[in-house]
Amino acid sequence: MAAKKTQKGSMEGSLKRLEEIVESLEEGKVSLDEAVKLYEEGIQLSKDCAEKLKATELKIKKLAKSVGGDFEIAETDEE
Amino acid sequence: MPLVHTKITTKKHNHCAALNNVSYIAEKVERRQRREMSSEQQVLTVTDITRQIKSSLEQRFTRVWVQGEISNFKRHTSGHLYFTLKDEGAQISAAMWRSRAGSLLFQPEDGMKVIARGGITVYPPRGSYQIDVDQLTPLGIGELQIAFERLKKKLAAEGLFDEGRKRPLPRYPSAVGIITSETGAALQDVRTVLGRRFPSVELVLLPVRVQGAGASEEIARAIQDMNRYGKVDVIIVGRGGGSLEDLWAFNEEIVARAIYASEIPIVSAVGHEIDFTIADFVADLRAPTPSAAAEMIVPDRFELLEVIRNYEYTMRQALTQRIAVHRERVASLVGSYAFNRPKDMLREFVQRLDELQRMMSGTVAHRMERTAQDAESLKKRLLALSPQGALKRGYAIVRKNGVPVTHVHQLVRNDEASVEFQDGKVITKVQ
Repeated sequence: MAAKKTQKGSMEGSLKRLEEIVESLEEGKVSLDEAVKLYEEGIQLSKDCAEKLKATELKIKKLAKSVGGDFEIAETDEE
Repeated sequence: MPLVHTKITTKKHNHCAALNNVSYIAEKVERRQRREMSSEQQVLTVTDITRQIKSSLEQRFTRVWVQGEISNFKRHTSGHLYFTLKDEGAQISAAMWRSRAGSLLFQPEDGMKVIARGGITVYPPRGSYQIDVDQLTPLGIGELQIAFERLKKKLAAEGLFDEGRKRPLPRYPSAVGIITSETGAALQDVRTVLGRRFPSVELVLLPVRVQGAGASEEIARAIQDMNRYGKVDVIIVGRGGGSLEDLWAFNEEIVARAIYASEIPIVSAVGHEIDFTIADFVADLRAPTPSAAAEMIVPDRFELLEVIRNYEYTMRQALTQRIAVHRERVASLVGSYAFNRPKDMLREFVQRLDELQRMMSGTVAHRMERTAQDAESLKKRLLALSPQGALKRGYAIVRKNGVPVTHVHQLVRNDEASVEFQDGKVITKVQ
């Protein structure tokens, strides 16, 4: 099984990082400087995620087969 | 033709009798046979009679349903199937050609009770007849059911359904692959649910036929292709509801193996809630319907927004509290004797500094004053020494061409010279 690739900027990656930040802020084991930095990063992440969630249009791609030959991966935006 | 039949039987009986009795009987029989042949019938060749039998049987039994038990089952390398159908009283040879056998959804085997549909054919070279089967159905349960159970058992034994190998789905996928019919209800349902719950996700469609010949190969291929494409976090494989036959592609081994081999987690979504397919058992997650698959794959964005808002609140609280604790610590330090001791010392220093400054500025002012007085008297003395002072006392300055004249020989008759007094000049001429 391939290692799960969590691209940077993906919702999955952002939320995971956000959870880590919330957790370490709650634990309170980091220095104050570090806490401030984490807080800033966390707020930015939550803003980014919220922004993404506001998207209303579902994007659809279609993978198309090439005629007669091998499968060719082409991306065509629908709609 | 029944006449021919009767005659053969008669002949056979007589022949048997001849073996058991004396030769004169044989002679008598022979005479009688000769008489019969010459008087009423021509002699048939084996080929002729067989041809007549063939045409009789094949016309009479073009399509019959025969129930029996399979024995001597053989699959020829050519793909044709040969077996015997039997019951307590009789048996009949059966053959199923490759073209027919290929569409069988179960594996016939010895001892299996079946209903065979087909026509009777005669094979002249061997003088034998058989049933040419075009449809074979297991007795009791449907053949699809048998095929299903058989494959399920086989794949389970191989570990394809093991819970341990099922992969967790991503909680917040960026892209979702879907392998289904482009025109089917499944695609529409998934689009609707994703659009409502989590429209930030990208849906990647790989259209396939989901029923009919070749559908299972297409689905299996699509799963491989979607893996090659790779840019999806999870794949939905499925279709809307239909009959057991309609859903059959999802019960094929090739699809099961493709799902098993997929590196990307797969959610199966075939038919309605009650439909279970082999694909469902192999998939990482079985969804009762395509809509349900979409629901299971993505969170509701409003719920997620709520979660994010809670995170923000928690972070703010944590940090505020953290700062409050620090502020308190600082305040208590500021108020402490140890911290205030240097502060007192500093205050003393400041006071002393102020005093020194005051003293210093007093001294400077005094000295400045004296210096100013000195400057004033020096200025007076300097003024007394200047030519201006001499002029005031009654002296005058004589200049020729702007140059002061200091000796008498510098001037001759008719020279012009300027004479400067304390309040102005005059021009004179020497005589």
